[in-house]
Amino acid sequence: MGNNLNAWSEALSGFYLLGLPLGLVILAAIPLVFIALYSLTYGVYGERKISAFMQDRLGPMEVGKWGILQTIADILKLLQKEDIVPTSADKFLFVIGPGVLFVGSFLAYAVLPFSSAFIGASLNVGLFYAIGIVALEVVGILAAGWGSNNKWSLYGAVRSVAQIVSYEIPAAIALLCGAMMAGTLDMQKITLLQSGSLGFAHFFLFQSPIAWLPFIIYFIASLAEVNRAPFDIPEAESELVAGYFTEYSGMKFAVIFLAEYGSMFMVSAIISIVFLGGWNSPLPNIGSLALNDMTSGPIWGAFWMITKGFFFIFVHMWLRWTLPRLRVDQLMYLCWKVLTPFAFVSFVLTAIWEIYVP
Amino acid sequence: MSNPTYTVIFYLFAAITVCSAAFVVFTRNVIYSAFSLLFTFFGVAALYVFLSADFIAVTQVVVYVGGILVLLLFGVMFTNSIMNAKPKSDVLHVVPGTVLLIGIIGAMLYTFYTTHGWMPSETTLQGSIVERIGFETMSRYVLPFEMVSILLLAALIGAAFLARFDKPGK
Repeated sequence: MGNNLNAWSEALSGFYLLGLPLGLVILAAIPLVFIALYSLTYGVYGERKISAFMQDRLGPMEVGKWGILQTIADILKLLQKEDIVPTSADKFLFVIGPGVLFVGSFLAYAVLPFSSAFIGASLNVGLFYAIGIVALEVVGILAAGWGSNNKWSLYGAVRSVAQIVSYEIPAAIALLCGAMMAGTLDMQKITLLQSGSLGFAHFFLFQSPIAWLPFIIYFIASLAEVNRAPFDIPEAESELVAGYFTEYSGMKFAVIFLAEYGSMFMVSAIISIVFLGGWNSPLPNIGSLALNDMTSGPIWGAFWMITKGFFFIFVHMWLRWTLPRLRVDQLMYLCWKVLTPFAFVSFVLTAIWEIYVP
Repeated sequence: MSNPTYTVIFYLFAAITVCSAAFVVFTRNVIYSAFSLLFTFFGVAALYVFLSADFIAVTQVVVYVGGILVLLLFGVMFTNSIMNAKPKSDVLHVVPGTVLLIGIIGAMLYTFYTTHGWMPSETTLQGSIVERIGFETMSRYVLPFEMVSILLLAALIGAAFLARFDKPGK
């Protein structure tokens, strides 16, 4: 329980039981359990309650007090459902599609520093890896959409992939601005560079006058990458039934849902690490009142990291129930003619600021 | 690298790479072939990681999985009646193929047995590889780097020119 960097994860990865590297398995299982728990509580139940609040209704109220057991009931229902594979579907691709999709959204958790003492793998190319690994998700979506052998599914898959591939460009350039400010791609080092006794004033968002531009660009592009409203044209229910997962039911549907919530937390965590200091406490030390020192440490770090991630997920939900859906051509217009040029502008301005100003 | 865990993981990835690559070649379904390529690319990326080339491993995933494989799948999916058409995959030219195969394998085995051990680089690896790659690209290899970027820009402009709508007046 030391305060050294990566103390917990290094202790875990050195843990062997009967000669088997059990610690490595536990290390990988912790984010997995986190995704499951968070999407069960905050993801499904929270989203239903928040959407109900935004639309001035009550949301789930029947099962348990304030409907808190509703999600458990849903899970029980999903588990009992018959596992239907359509006759005309491509059996193999239909089955592996959700799996590849979930693995794609889960792989990026390897480089997310959940706390100063916990990170799956402290790579020196962490940020680049987190951007690149999304490619696997794309292949999973294509497998699911093609394997379903359904027009709506294929259209949904093609739309989704076109969207993810296009929005990767402004997203990557915006994150590059953060990487330039840090001078490293190591996620743990990026976070470490933003710690200090002044709390939020050390965050990269407040360190340069241009940082808000890549911050906003990455936020918009990440919304599109996880197929959330107003960019949910791949699953536009009024046009495509449910997009690439039209044919899925039961646990396969649950896995696709889990993948969506997994990648939602992933992009929220990346934006908070690169621009908002990750596990650093935002509270400043005010004179003798050392608020920052009181709220720092490995456990507080995990708290801040998850809180920041949840805040961005809340904004995702908020936008979903506020903004109407974009059309396909508007989506591409926004990506190529608005976000990409502004991303380049912010890239050049950040470079100038980093070289000449401080 | 003597750690048994690493050895097991290495052989696992090697097996995935070889098996999926064999599947790419031997299957008669174009779609399966393309999806199987995914596992080959990931296996190769994992082998790069074992060579301590993290940056190249991630670049491999970004370029081949994110770019080329997705393009390939798009191309296959947009081709109509891909499932009905019988792809011509008969065994042709057995004798030249065998000669070529034996020649390549012979050359590789010859190199493998005549080159003794690994040849360590004179400069030892220090710190992050990413910075070294960045410095080298921007100093010694800056001309090839710029030439490649101009080539890609020309390809991009060409693609945009081909894809645009023709004006009705012309």
